Amino acid sequence: MPEFSEELVIRLYKTMYTIRGFEEKVSEYARTGMVPGFMIHLSVGQEAVPAGVCAALREDDYIVSTHRGHGHLIAKGARTDRMMAELKGKEAGYCRGRGGSMHITSVEVGGLGANGIVGAGLVIAPGAALSARMRGTDQVAVCFFGDGASNQGTFHEGLNLAATWKLPVVFVCENNGYGFSTPQRAHQSIGRISRRAEAYEMPGITVNGDDVMEVFLAASWAVERARSGGGPTLLEATTCRWHGHFEDDDDDYRSAEEKATFPAHDPIALLERRCIEEGLSSTAQLERIRSEVEEEIARACAFAEESEEPSPEDDAGLVFAGGER
Amino acid sequence: MAETMAAETEFLTYFQAVRLALKEEMELDPSVFLMGEDIRFSIFGPTKDLHLEVGESRVLDTPITESAFVGAAVGAAITGMRPVVEIMFADFMTVCMDQIINQAAKIRFMTGGQVKVPLVIRAPGGMLTSSAAQHSQCLEALFMHIPGLKICVPSGPVDAKGLLKSAIRDDDPVLFFEHKALYFASEEVPTDPQFTVPMGQAAVLREGEDVTVFAVSGMVSSAVSAANSLARDGISAEVIDPRTLVPLDKQALLASVRKTGRLVTVEEGCLTGGVGAEISALVTAEAWSDLKGPVVRVAAKDQPVPFSPVLEAACAPTAQTIAAAVRECVEKNR
Repeated sequence: MPEFSEELVIRLYKTMYTIRGFEEKVSEYARTGMVPGFMIHLSVGQEAVPAGVCAALREDDYIVSTHRGHGHLIAKGARTDRMMAELKGKEAGYCRGRGGSMHITSVEVGGLGANGIVGAGLVIAPGAALSARMRGTDQVAVCFFGDGASNQGTFHEGLNLAATWKLPVVFVCENNGYGFSTPQRAHQSIGRISRRAEAYEMPGITVNGDDVMEVFLAASWAVERARSGGGPTLLEATTCRWHGHFEDDDDDYRSAEEKATFPAHDPIALLERRCIEEGLSSTAQLERIRSEVEEEIARACAFAEESEEPSPEDDAGLVFAGGER
Repeated sequence: MAETMAAETEFLTYFQAVRLALKEEMELDPSVFLMGEDIRFSIFGPTKDLHLEVGESRVLDTPITESAFVGAAVGAAITGMRPVVEIMFADFMTVCMDQIINQAAKIRFMTGGQVKVPLVIRAPGGMLTSSAAQHSQCLEALFMHIPGLKICVPSGPVDAKGLLKSAIRDDDPVLFFEHKALYFASEEVPTDPQFTVPMGQAAVLREGEDVTVFAVSGMVSSAVSAANSLARDGISAEVIDPRTLVPLDKQALLASVRKTGRLVTVEEGCLTGGVGAEISALVTAEAWSDLKGPVVRVAAKDQPVPFSPVLEAACAPTAQTIAAAVRECVEKNR
């Protein structure tokens, strides 16, 4: 059982606060046309899931992300300046401006890609896990996906393959209760998605995804199980998306009463309260972290703003590895 | 010839040539492995019992889930392996279009070149004795439309071996279309493990002066037969086998058309939006002044492939229908 040292708690807090700060800046940019495109999907309110899961991973472990992937990548250790540059479509972005928000990827931190296709990662992650095993490493692959994706054929095919071959995968369902505008009860007959694990004879766990410590403990267990050859786990974290499905979404499918409950789910406020109540950290220290993060985000924005635009002439060299068309 | 010349040869069928290429590449490179449905049993033979020769861990029978194992191959390819997956019938590629089109073909570009995707998808296509509409298609043209995919269409055992080895060594996703009706065709095949056929180099199988016949995969031998019969009537046809559709050997194609002034394309896929449509547009744009008449396209009917042997035979081009089209092309445009 991992211990909640001050260092770990601070790390979790900083990760969550960085995701929040980054995405609130992106939201502002989206409203004012400072980032191109309307397909900006934010995970504000859901920060505890990527923070808790990725804290259980090693640097060389893999994550496969969703279209709502900024938080995953930040939690895995990606730089916010290169991420912001990518969101602005700049050459200094992780994907040299060719991917943008929905496809943001940083292989150097083990991020194998955000994906614009719901459920696509559910079959890619088992492949990364298979590769790790074949190469003789003990790397683990985490696959993030949503409640909507749990109805895709790839969910069942990916879990079946991983379970059959006992692959080192942790399937992490971020259940925010909505597949775009469709509430969970209208898109699936079950309440707990983790129950589907039973069909593949793998452990299925549901945790409170607002509680980063609970997420971290469950993820640590699943990652250790995967790493030691025990096979895959389905980990469901119930969470709450504060913004619309994407930034231009009117979000009129959720009532004012429902939206009024969002602050009660705030994973950052929850951790702050616990830190103070249980003496894990001081108010002053948390304040210092917040200002550090704010400075980092400001630097990231400046970096992105000052970066060069990419050149269409370089596109051809990216279609094929050899550069030919 | 562009390929490495090799002294030693062995008389092999097409499926044996594929098998030898897979075995040699697995022996040369530990990152190469095979996945697919029932590939240890192997309906057409290329991977039958191969696991007994290269090891259980290198030849994986998967559940019947194309999305799962093609997606897993993408995941393995971007993390350091060189998977070769088999889609038992090319028609089943439609089950995993996301993995092929949105993932394999795009990941390199979308990530700004952070990864390469060294993945080969072997897919037997084409008509073979009443396999009917869901087990007979030639889907090459469908995938030519997607940037990021390379496409091999070997028409004989030597190319099957040499191109497959190039495909496995290539750092990009390659769709490797084997033709079911060719699996038992045979010829002398180089046994040197370093023998390869490079992608992007067409073969001129028969030289001619009057007309260029650009034939794909299972249609190549029919086109050669047609050219031989036309020669007896004084029509000299040059037959070109592109061997790979992406990359395409434009130089060989244009050089031939500039010499003959006429072009007939032949494929087993459907006419509309087919390979011939692209080749025709390309030649029209780049060699217009050399053309003596319109490009003629010979292809399968725009319909699903029928079951009845009589109807099936009437659906695809034959040596006779190819010869008739070539003759008309030459005689109309003197």
